[in-house]
Amino acid sequence: MEFEKIVKIIGDHLGLDDVSKVKPETSLVKDLEADSLDAVEIIMSIEDEFDVEIPDEDAEQFNNIGDILNYVKAKKE
Amino acid sequence: MNNENSVKIIGTGSYLPPKIVTNFDLEKIMHTTDEWIRSRTGIESRRVADEKTATSDLATIAARKALEDANLMAEDLDLIIVATVTPDMMFPSTACLVQKNLEAGKAVAFDIEAACSGFLYALTIGEQFIKGGVYKNALIIGAETLSKILDPEDRNTSVLFGDGAGAIVIQKTTDNTGILSSYLGTDGSKGEVLKQPAGGSRIPSTYESVKDKLHYVKMEGNEVFRFAVRIMGKAAMEALKLSNIKIQDIDFLIPHQANIRIIEAAAKRLELPMDKVYVNLDKYGNMSAASVPVALDEASKKGLLKKNDIVVLVAFGGGLTWASTVVRWSK
Ligand SMILES: CC(C)(COP(=O)(O)OP(=O)(O)OC[C@H]1O[C@@H](n2cnc3c(N)ncnc32)[C@H](O)[C@@H]1OP(=O)(O)O)[C@@H](O)C(=O)NCCC(=O)NCCS
Repeated sequence: MEFEKIVKIIGDHLGLDDVSKVKPETSLVKDLEADSLDAVEIIMSIEDEFDVEIPDEDAEQFNNIGDILNYVKAKKE
Repeated sequence: MNNENSVKIIGTGSYLPPKIVTNFDLEKIMHTTDEWIRSRTGIESRRVADEKTATSDLATIAARKALEDANLMAEDLDLIIVATVTPDMMFPSTACLVQKNLEAGKAVAFDIEAACSGFLYALTIGEQFIKGGVYKNALIIGAETLSKILDPEDRNTSVLFGDGAGAIVIQKTTDNTGILSSYLGTDGSKGEVLKQPAGGSRIPSTYESVKDKLHYVKMEGNEVFRFAVRIMGKAAMEALKLSNIKIQDIDFLIPHQANIRIIEAAAKRLELPMDKVYVNLDKYGNMSAASVPVALDEASKKGLLKKNDIVVLVAFGGGLTWASTVVRWSK
């Protein structure tokens, strides 16, 4: 559920035609060629969608989409 | 809404110093690339004032053009407000210097500082004086020579900014056009993310302050980016709400020209197509308080703005500050 929402945000932002290959192991920067500002914007959209705050220090630790997912889930609990 | 006592823009003018510095020029003097600057900011070149030129020089030329466009003489001016973070000196104010240059002897003149939001703050102040019946004709200027306070060794800031000046003349009107609403905001608690630390009373100018490079702009780009994306949309929405105008009714958005990525993100949040958004940062970079009035002048002179069009001006900047003004175009 959360994963699909996150993938949709990423797909919309980066204009990906096919998001079926996007997995929790996928890296925004390395695999999807997002630049640092894309990453910031995607994090902001995720903050808005899930109504959570993700400080920069935390966002910098994310290596892949699974990390974002786990972070959001933990915050929501 | 019948605005018996409204304030309209009757003339615009702008001036850019002639020297063009491209991204390729910057590549030669710092560790950066045209590709990086263009993809992260949309900026391709910027104008830079020469050693002899100060902010009041740019401001005076822009002001003369705005007066000519308004068909007004300098003697007709009652008020001159200059918004700038790069005044010629600590005092007299840049507005006093412009008053002298223009020989606008009747005008009261002062500066205000709200960084990149400064022009819209100044416009709102001027509007209040005219609405209140205190003054009739006001000259509102945003003018900067940011190049003078950039650290050439700090690629985080020195690729972003440029020099320039824009001016407008405002006057009372009863014809239902003009300024419909303004919304200003401030969050001083986050001011640390964008500042020029020295030269004031906290860190006076000393040998050490110069050696420690404290007279240069310091910026936490990432923090400013996040703030800007959120606040641009919000500020415009708040101003629109005050005049009961819907986003779909906007004919032109004239945003502060900091970064195309910020403008695009804000437009997306507003669900406004980019063809309704005026952009000139590719040519000039971020001119701080001068960005909005220069863009407004260009849009007007290009004939993009028609009488009764809804034009939304929006800016954000150091302070932190933000501002938006909704105008029904008069010319
Ligand atoms: C300045 C801004 C474009 C920087 O973008 P960013 O993605 O946050 O940049 P970062 O500082 O995270 O740097 C990303 C990478 O680019 C590099 N970089 C930074 N500036 C660079 C430059 N001028 N040229 C080349 N590379 C640069 C960094 O070293 C970093 O490299 P790394 O990932 O290998 O460490 C962006 O933060 C921004 O626009 N902020 C708002 C600024 C603004 O509008 N200020 C005025 C308000 S009125």
